[in-house]
Amino acid sequence: MSLLNFFRGKRETSAKLAKERLQIIIAHERAQTRGGHDFLPMLEKELLEVIRRYVAVSDEAVKVKLDREDGVEVLELNIILPDSEARD
Amino acid sequence: MTKILVVTSGKGGVGKTTTSASIATGLALRGNKVAVIDFDVGLRNLDLIMGVERRVVYDFVNVVNGEASLNQALIKDKRVEGLYVLAASQTKDKDALTEEGVKKVLDDLKADGFDYIVCDSPAGIEKGAQLAMYFADEAIVVSNPEVSSVRDSDRMLGLLASKSHRAINNLPPIKQHLLVTRYSPTRADAGEMMSVEDMLEILAVPLLGVIPESPAVLNASNAGQPVIMDKESDAGQAYEDAVARLLGEERPLRFITAEKKGLFSRLFGK
Repeated sequence: MSLLNFFRGKRETSAKLAKERLQIIIAHERAQTRGGHDFLPMLEKELLEVIRRYVAVSDEAVKVKLDREDGVEVLELNIILPDSEARD
Repeated sequence: MTKILVVTSGKGGVGKTTTSASIATGLALRGNKVAVIDFDVGLRNLDLIMGVERRVVYDFVNVVNGEASLNQALIKDKRVEGLYVLAASQTKDKDALTEEGVKKVLDDLKADGFDYIVCDSPAGIEKGAQLAMYFADEAIVVSNPEVSSVRDSDRMLGLLASKSHRAINNLPPIKQHLLVTRYSPTRADAGEMMSVEDMLEILAVPLLGVIPESPAVLNASNAGQPVIMDKESDAGQAYEDAVARLLGEERPLRFITAEKKGLFSRLFGK
């Protein structure tokens, strides 16, 4: 890295850009070519874990749904929080 | 037990044939009986890389069609004991190879006591590439640190896991290996090239080796001599490491860190 770059501050490198683009497209292609969206149950489980760090919710509180309409995929997340009294 | 290896990548020009030649030679140098087969029907090149192009009389398709025996078509390497080359045909007929035909040749090689059969896949995901990987026990997926190559490698990994003989018959899956070629540690350090770690994170396959970008590779192909035989060269040594790992030995990775620059080049260099 040259002196000039040092003073310009750290820019996003092209390698980082390449990696990010690949991660997105490969995840997408894997979902299409390898037996559909098998990551959904995992996503649901992990979301539930994250939410539970902040709010006590039941197992059914998180619903993940994926729809495909006119070539567009819509990922629908429905998280039901308990009533404010129940949260104390 | 004969082990069938496929060297594949999806994308062309990443070093499949260079890798097939060097891995096959390396395995033979360690005392194995090895056949390396060119599956690129219509565009054969393994013969050139192996330096046997003037000795091709019969080819893979001749054997499949019963026009020549396997022994007539196998070209015995004059430098390395136990190394044999089976050239691809230059026919334009895309359907010259069939699953039954390939199976017969592989079975005959097994019966002849070969320890390893290395299948050099053509680029793409057409018939030739499918047949090259179909009967494999292990796969070496060759990838450059470049977006198009990594994406195609991922596609190939998916196909290996779903469309091979092992996958279809619910046998233990093909053992997959990643071989990174044309790697430049200096450029990776500068953030101009994806690092080996980046590629491993995306592809999630065990690493067989990293072959540095090296003038030795072109020199070797110019001379028709697998680069692994150039024992002084970085690429040759990296292939030798890869062969050792393939055989289960532990070898530390080499040629993945940039050479330290001297004071002079650090002050006045790029």
